[in-house]
Amino acid sequence: MYEFDVQLFVFWLVAIGTGLCAIATVITQNIVRSVTWLLFTLAGTSGVFFLLGADFVGAIQLLIYVGGTMVLVVFGVMLTAQGPFINMKTSGAEWAISIVAGITLFAVLCFGLGNMGMQKTAPAQLEDPQASHHAATLGMGFSGAPVGPQIAQGLTNRAHYLLPFEIVSIHLLVVLIGAAYLARAKKRKEAAK
Amino acid sequence: MDPMTPYLVLGAILFVCGVVCMATKRNAIGVLIGVELVLNGANVNFVTFSRFNADFQIEGMVFALFVIVMAAGEAAVALAIVLNFYNNHTTVDVDSAEELKG
Repeated sequence: MYEFDVQLFVFWLVAIGTGLCAIATVITQNIVRSVTWLLFTLAGTSGVFFLLGADFVGAIQLLIYVGGTMVLVVFGVMLTAQGPFINMKTSGAEWAISIVAGITLFAVLCFGLGNMGMQKTAPAQLEDPQASHHAATLGMGFSGAPVGPQIAQGLTNRAHYLLPFEIVSIHLLVVLIGAAYLARAKKRKEAAK
Repeated sequence: MDPMTPYLVLGAILFVCGVVCMATKRNAIGVLIGVELVLNGANVNFVTFSRFNADFQIEGMVFALFVIVMAAGEAAVALAIVLNFYNNHTTVDVDSAEELKG
């Protein structure tokens, strides 16, 4: 007997919406509309993360991507959207080549999906999905405590993520300095002379 | 059907849309939007594997978080470059960035 699966229904709803928004991002010629469709795509992706049980990643996606990166992109559009740059037409030949290449790439990816032997990974469902996807586990991994399913089985050769976390923080500092350096107001030497 | 397949197909759709977006947009910010779509497709795959593969359940989310942080930094630097280019050339058309053409 067919049972109505609410989670599956919501997944298809969110996934189809996300895919259509992504396609609309590509095919619209107006850069402002493209950014708006990208906003919906990112929000839909965070919905997919929530459906996959990765609450923390979904929340971070909403905070950083939808809240932070999109504001940056919108500012970039606002500062550069002068008359001719809002609607930049792509020629028909470029569209044709790009779409053929895109469909070919998609076909290759789907062919690979069908052939990658996921029978091995499919039964490996989480033993206790409720216990292992919380932000606390991630935080323990980031602060140096070994985490993961093997710990519960007594194996301690499990990776932790303190060093990558530090590297990312240094990276963010470099990005901060680099972006401020690149975007600073330049003195015009010619104007001074 | 494998329970992972719909998620991976969604990731593939996002990835292909990003690649086509990078190829077709002439606006530099449009190219940046394509990069964001590609990174999101990769993130969907990471989180999917973290959900359905018990050996990968922490790593998938950790990688997804790193990708999100890297994307934020990349967007900041790329927009600074685009704004600088716009200040110097008064255009954001990537076809006009050809000083280095051989």
